[in-house]
Parts: sequence; C-alpha cells; structure tokens
Amino acid sequence: MGFLLGFAAFLLAVVLIVQIIRVFELTSKLSGTDQSKISYKDNRTRAYSWLAFMVWYFGLFIWVVIKWGPLILPEAASEHGATIDFLFDLNWAILVIPFIITHVVLVTFILQYYAKPGSKATYITHNNKLEMIWTIVPAVVLTVIIIYGLNTWNEYNGDIDEDAIHIELYAKQFDWTARYAGEDNQLGKANFNFINITNPLGLVTEETIKIRIQELTDQIAELEEELNHVPKDGLKESEKLAAIHHKESQLSKIHAFRRNNELSKNAAKDDKLVKVEFHIPVGRQVSFSMRSQDVIHSAFMPHFRAQMNCVPGMVTRMRFVPTITTAEMRKKTGNPEFDYLLLCNKICGAAHYNMQMNVIVDTPEDYAKWVAEQTTFHAKLMASLGLPETNNQLAQNIQ
Amino acid sequence: MSSTAHAADHHADDHHHETFISKYVFSQDHKMIAKQFLVTGMFMATIGMLMSTLFRIQIAWPGEGFAIVNFFLGDKWAPEGIMDPNMYLALGTIHGTIMVFFLLTAGLSGTFANLLIPYQIGARDMASGFMNMLSYWLFALSSVIMIASLFVETGPASAGWTVYPPLSALPQAMPGSGLGMTLWLVSMTLFIASSMIGGLNYIVTIVNLRTKGMSMTRLPLSIWALLVTAILGLLSFPVLLSACLLLLFDRSFGTSFYLSDIFIAGEALDYNGGSPILFEHLFWFLGHPEVYIILLPALGLTSEIIATNSRKPIFGYKAMIGSILAIAFLSFIVWGHHMFLTGMDPFLGSVFTFTTLLIAIPSAVKVFNYLTTLYKANIQFTPAMMFSLGMVSTFISGGLTGIILADAALDITVHDTYFVVAHFHIVMGFSAVNAMFAGVYHWFPKMYGRMMNQKLGIIHFWATLVSGYGVFFPMHFLGLAGVPRRYYTNSEFPLFDTFIDMNVLMTVFAILAALAQFIFFFNFFYSMKRGPKAPQNPWRSNTLEWTTPVEHIHGNWPGDLPVVHRWPYDYSKPGKAEDFVPQIVPLEDGEVDGEH
Ligand code: HEM
Ligand SMILES: [Cu+2]
Ligand SMILES: [Cu+2]
Repeated sequence: MGFLLGFAAFLLAVVLIVQIIRVFELTSKLSGTDQSKISYKDNRTRAYSWLAFMVWYFGLFIWVVIKWGPLILPEAASEHGATIDFLFDLNWAILVIPFIITHVVLVTFILQYYAKPGSKATYITHNNKLEMIWTIVPAVVLTVIIIYGLNTWNEYNGDIDEDAIHIELYAKQFDWTARYAGEDNQLGKANFNFINITNPLGLVTEETIKIRIQELTDQIAELEEELNHVPKDGLKESEKLAAIHHKESQLSKIHAFRRNNELSKNAAKDDKLVKVEFHIPVGRQVSFSMRSQDVIHSAFMPHFRAQMNCVPGMVTRMRFVPTITTAEMRKKTGNPEFDYLLLCNKICGAAHYNMQMNVIVDTPEDYAKWVAEQTTFHAKLMASLGLPETNNQLAQNIQ
Repeated sequence: MSSTAHAADHHADDHHHETFISKYVFSQDHKMIAKQFLVTGMFMATIGMLMSTLFRIQIAWPGEGFAIVNFFLGDKWAPEGIMDPNMYLALGTIHGTIMVFFLLTAGLSGTFANLLIPYQIGARDMASGFMNMLSYWLFALSSVIMIASLFVETGPASAGWTVYPPLSALPQAMPGSGLGMTLWLVSMTLFIASSMIGGLNYIVTIVNLRTKGMSMTRLPLSIWALLVTAILGLLSFPVLLSACLLLLFDRSFGTSFYLSDIFIAGEALDYNGGSPILFEHLFWFLGHPEVYIILLPALGLTSEIIATNSRKPIFGYKAMIGSILAIAFLSFIVWGHHMFLTGMDPFLGSVFTFTTLLIAIPSAVKVFNYLTTLYKANIQFTPAMMFSLGMVSTFISGGLTGIILADAALDITVHDTYFVVAHFHIVMGFSAVNAMFAGVYHWFPKMYGRMMNQKLGIIHFWATLVSGYGVFFPMHFLGLAGVPRRYYTNSEFPLFDTFIDMNVLMTVFAILAALAQFIFFFNFFYSMKRGPKAPQNPWRSNTLEWTTPVEHIHGNWPGDLPVVHRWPYDYSKPGKAEDFVPQIVPLEDGEVDGEH
C-alpha cells in the first residue's frame, strides 16, 4: 500500500516535471525572451497567487489542528505539568496573533501594492515613532512570557520533599533499570568499576566489593600467567600489559572505595531493581536521580512533562508529583491500553528508537503492595551466587 | 596582499594570459570563486536532499522494502530494501551536516560574500585572492572527505550532526563512530579552516577596500550582514575547532576531556574525570552563532531584493543595521538554551531563557521593517522577490515557535522532539534556502551574463514553498505528542504509531519538494548556456555591481573605480526621472542623502 502510494507520487511528479519543461520550451519560443520584465498580467497573477497561498496555509493550519490536534499529549499528569500546560496555552494564545496578523498584512500589502501600469511607490525611509512602538510592544509581551516562564521553570526545579520517594533511573544501551531506595529510603553508592554480570548497576556493598576484588585479582593472575608462557609476540604482549595495568588501577579504585565509604557501603543492599515497568504512587513526590552506563541518554516522561539527560560520569536529578493514576488516565483518554511512558530522548545508538519502560501510577495502597513484592538487590545477588541470603561466608572468604 | 596591488595597478582591459587551469580551477578571481562555491554547494545539497528522502521513506513505511532504498544503500545497509537502523542515523547525521555547513554556511556565504563584497563596495577583488582561493579549495577538499566517509566499511558518522560524545567518541557505541567519525572530524577541521580564511578575507576587504564615498552608512544591508556574519564566524568557529580537536584526542590518543566512568561492550573503560557536557558547551558556543551565520546573510540578501523589487527604500535602514548587530551580540550569550536539560544549574537555565527571548525583539523589528517596506510600494514579482517574500513568511512561522523553545519550562516537553525539527527547518533551513534561491535568481545575470527563465522560477517557488510547509508544518504536532527525533521508526510505540498517516503525508511532500528542485537545476544549467543575454542592470538596481560590464573582466570596472555619492536605497525618490538612482549618481544641490 505504502509502496504503491509512494510510487504513484513519484510518477505523478515525474509527469509534472516533464510537462512543465515542455510548456517552458514552448513559451520561451513564443513569448520573446526578455526575462527582466514582467507583464502587468503576470505580475497581477503572481500577486493574487499569494492570496491563494494564504488561504491554503491557514487552511492547512486548521486542518492539521482538527485532524491531529486530538492526538497530542493528553492533560499533564503531574503537579508542575499543569502549570506548564497553562504556560503552553498562554504562549499559543499570544503567538497565534502575530502569526495571523503578519501574514494578513503581508498578503494585503502584496495585493494592494503590486505594480500596475502607471503606479508608483512612495518614498518612505523610516518612522521613529512607529519603530519605537513595535520595539516596545514585543518587549512588553516578552516580559510577560519570561516572567511566567521562569516561575514555571523554578517550580519544576523546586525542592525535594522530606517524604519523597527516591528512584534512580539507570540508562544503558538500550534499556532502563529503575532502582528503588528500599527501606532506608537511601540509594546506595554505585560505581562503574563494580559492574559485572551479577551487578549490572555497579552497586557498592560489602559483597560486591569482595566479588570484584576476587574477580580482578583472578583476571590479573591469569593474564600474568599467559604473559609468562605464551611466546613473545610484541603486539599481544603490550596489549596484555595494558590490560593488566588497567585492571590494577581498577582494583586500586575499588580498594579506595572500600576504605572511604564505610558508612554508606551497605545502603545499596536493600535497594530494589526493576525493569520493563516501574510503579509510583499518586500524590507523593518522586525524586529521580539519573545515571548512564555508556553514552548520553535522556529520561523523558512526556505525560508528566518531565525530562532530564542521563550523562555518564555524573548524576542528574528531577522530581515531580504524579496526579493521575494509570487507571484514571485510561478512563480519561478512553484508551484501555494507555500507559505512561519513559523513553529515551537523546540519540544513543542503533536501538535508540526502542528504549522504553512503562510507568504505572498506582494508588498509595497498590503502590505499597507492589513495592513489598519486589526483591532486594542483595537477595537477588545471593541467589545468583547460589548462596543463602544471610550467608557471611562470602564476606569472610575474601579480604 | 600581492593580488590587491596586482588588481589595483591593472587595467581591466589588459587581458593577461590565463590558462584553463588558472581561470576555471585555481582561480583567484572573486567572481569565479563565488561560482565554484555555488556549484559545489548545490552538489552537496543534492546529496543531502536525497538522503532526507531516503530516511523519510523509512519513517513513513517502516519495515517495508523499497528497491530505490536498496539501489542507493546497497545490500549491506539496506538488505531487501529495508534500511538498517545505523544507516538511518548516519543519513540523518550527514544530511544535517551537509545542509548546515556545506550548503548554508559555505554554499550561501561563500557564494554571496565572494560575489557581492568586491562588487558592492567597489573593489577590484578580495583583499587576498590567494587566501580566497585557498578558502575554496579547503572547502572542496572537506567536501570530498565528507563524501568519501559515506563509503567506509563501518559507515559514516552517525551520532547526529551535533556529534555528542561519548556516542561519537567510542567505536563500541555505534559503527559510525569508527573511521567514519574520524573522517567527519578531519573534514570539519578543513571546513573550519576554510571558513576562517574566507571570513578574515571578507572582513579585511570590507573594512579596507571600500571605494571613495562608500561610508559604512552607505553600505548595502547585504554587505552589513556579510560583515557581521564573518565576524561571528571568526569568533565562534575556533571554538568548534578546539572541540573537534579535543574529541579527536579522546578518540585516538586516550585523553579524557569528554569521557569518564564508562562501561561499554562488557568493559570498564580507562577514562577518568572528563565531561561530555564540556563538549556540549563548546559545540553550542559555535552552534548557536552558527544559526545566525546562516540566517544573517539570508536576511541581508532579501533586504536588497525586497527593496529593489518594491521600488522603495528598505524601511528603517539604521534599525536594520542595529538589529543585525543586536542579534549578533546576543547570539553569543544564548547557547545554553540547547542544554536546559543537561543538569545545568536551573538559575543558569533562567539566564539563558532570558537572553534567548531577548533575541526575539530585534528579529521582530526586522520582520516589521520588511512588511513596512511593502507598504505603498510598487512591487515587481520577480522569482527573487517571490522567494524573498517566502522567506518573510518562513522567518515569521519559524521564529514564533522559537519563543516556545526558548522557554526552559516549555522546552522540558518539546526538547529533542519533532517540534524542534519543525522549528529549525522552518526558521533556519527553509528561510535560508528561500533566501539563497532568491539570491541566485537575482544575481544569476551578474554571475553568468544570462537571464534565468521567470516562469520556471515561479513554478519552482510555489512548488518549494507549498511542499516545504507540507513537510514541516504538520511536524510540530508530532513534537507536541512527544515523539522524539532521531527515531528509526515510531512503530515501537503504539502511542506514536497513530501518526503514521501524517508521516506518509510528510514524506510525499518531501519527495515532491525534492523533485521540485529539478525544475531549478534545469533552469539553472539551461540558462547558463542558452538563457537570453542579460542587460547590464536587469532589475534597475542602485548598487554598484550593476555598473560593471556584463562580461566578467579582471578588476571588475574598466577604467577607474566608481565613486559613491549616496546610500543604496534611493528608489522612487521624489523629483527624479527614474524610479531608481544608482549610488554613483552625484547628489543634486540641496539633495539630502540617506534615511532623512
Ligand atoms: C527536502 C528537504 C528536507 C527534508 C525532507 C528534511 C527532513 C529532515 C528530517 C525528517 C530530519 C529529522 C531526522 C530525525 O531527527 O530523525 C532532519 C534532520 C535535520 N535536517 Fe533536514 N530536511 C530537509 C532539508 C533540510 C535543510 C534545508 C536543512 C538546513 C538547515 C536541514 C537541516 C537538518 C538538520 C541540521 C537536521 C538534524 C540532523 C540530526 O538530527 O543530527 N534539513 N531533516
Ligand atoms: Cu538511549
Ligand atoms: Cu541556539
């Protein structure tokens, strides 16, 4: 279907061009060749074609608004989002006026003042009063826009509530992980040197420190072993030396972590990691912090009018208070399948177009229930190592 | 240096020996160099345009195979005619790079600065013909390298025309960040060198080589715009150059300017302490002035064309100069509006919102001045005039949505969505393209000594304006629905897939827009060879270029340089026999010059 349509458009256009060129060849033979003059008739036609254009352009505007207007984002589902929507409406109301006026004036002047036989222009160079007015009027209007705008911006960047829920959104090519702070309502420390198969976010706990120290020590030993036994081969050797060097520096960073972060070391233990979808409760502030594993991503939740980039090497933050549960929004939009979305909005590689997570806004009760059902990081880690959750052996085995 | 002296003591009628090579290839003549820039820019634009039609086909009919896609991209990047996602990103990246830099920076400024500066200020040539030639050839070389990057095994640069690291820095992150990205950086480095050599030359020429009587307040607005553009380029391109060089270091020599804490492809990388945000600051410190490097020449050219064809002085000449200067100054303190959501201090965001919205004021002044110029005019609708009026429409339409984007609070919702794509295409792409076409139709007689066909010009104009709006006007609504840009397909999101019919509509218009350009190409090349011979001053214009002979001669004017007696906008001045008074006509007794 699409192919046929495209092909038809293509054919149509080719035919059009061939015809135009034929007309051109004919007329240029007939109509003399002074291309610096315009006949009165042509000039008039060209002037009136602007009227046709304006009708078409405004028609397009109206048609697009009617046809696709209903598909734009539904009412904001967050507290500050409602302010943003108001600001949007205010801006549109203001902007549509100069849009229409300037186009109408443009076309009116064109129709009024196109050259006719005997017509002359009036020599006008400037008019200080007029110029003053149209400098000051936009300035005043802009002042209004700026004041409202900055107020809204400050609301979005407001303070973190005492009882806010802390969630980390962790981005990597090409998916998201949401990390909940757990019972202590504190997101435990994390660092990229700790990332391995059992610890995809690089969380720092007593156990992960040990695991990584062991892992790196083993790898270094293996590489050194290889160096001693494999016959000399310049390139490979230097590569291996570099790898050893790199792993040793990682190791020393991990040791540093162990020394410097005694207090917060175990805050990550009760953190909860979820994928594919995450839940938040209605009416309570959610404070997000964002990290990225590899390249820049952007956490975009259009329905909550919230967005913030995720930048490797730093933690970024945003927060909002959800105001409409998923169930309510499904009713409002008349779409039983509706889901809030978290999507990636900064080009991040081949599958950038499909890096998404569903966001479910629950009632506080449902939310509490859902959170309780999630397993902690520590429990998952121990399970993946095949050890019971309370096992202390790991901690003792490795120094 | 040598060539100025050389041009000055040269009388134009003494034809010295020129070989084919020195005349057409390594020419140091500003007129020839202008044509070289134009044709090279047009060639690059054709490629950029073709790319946009290909990726538009993918968005409109995701997952469907197209023989034409396979034809252009081959089995590797479009097996069975279905585009590879990496190739989609690559096409967008190179399309953006070509359009912004190769067409609308080099193609637009390069062509018209070279053509108009010596002509309109009354100089025999650029201050340095050699540097001018060098500027073109560096540009040509950078074009060749950019094109060559399309053919490397791992594909061309794909991280977007803004090439943010770490995506652009790490070959593990995407195949395009391998050799393709290295070539992109090399190409851009040469490009920047070209722009800076050219810009320096433009500035020196305008400041030093104005003919007798050509005071700064008698300069045509086109020259004012080109002068300020060159200054902007000279102040901002070096920053992009350093950004590119540091990126090159990070990529090739293991430095950590932009990189830190990265784990990719199963490995923690050994980069420490850098910040990708640093790159963004450096990039946009050029990037925002860059949009005015594109726009100011566009505004300058259309000012000339609108005044000439309205047969009326441009309204508020001094206010127009003031706005150009205000825009130029402000353009250096707004770059942060591209970075509201990078985690910058919200207070800084507020400052950038404020400065950005300020730019709307001089921009609005310009629009009002254009409109008032038409008031009580006697308008001749040449194709150049039509395109200039088209630019007024697009500049308004696109400028107004800029007010939305400037507001940090609103940008939260529309940042990096199709709303932005719609905005910048209309205000920058479409406006500058309109102005560039206007310039070509207007000055074609000066460049090639022949006239282009008007009827075809008008058809070309309407086809372009209507299909251009057909592509980019509906696109705003995609953005308002939250659809991100740089998505290979929207069909992974049921919410966005509802826009599929709009995507089809936009693609059909994009194909029509592309085809419409062939009318122009035909007109251009046909008229170059067979168009009717041009009269000396076809549009009855006041500026100096129309006092030179139709046949190009070395040194532009036979005999002495013209002497300027008045500003360039004495159209329909009361008490004159004709409705134009060229700048070389002396003032009568008691006649007042200029705005008063
Ligand atoms: C036939 C005309 C054109 C069409 C159909 C077109 C279409 C598009 C589309 C759909 C995108 C967005 C791709 C995406 O984000 O996924 C895009 C990107 C872009 N276009 Fe165009 N465009 C056209 C002409 C131009 C012109 C004249 C300019 C000059 C300013 C331009 C500059 C850009 C830039 C800078 C980007 C951003 C590239 C990036 O995302 O890195 N385009 N174009
Ligand atoms: Cu992403
Ligand atoms: Cu900007």
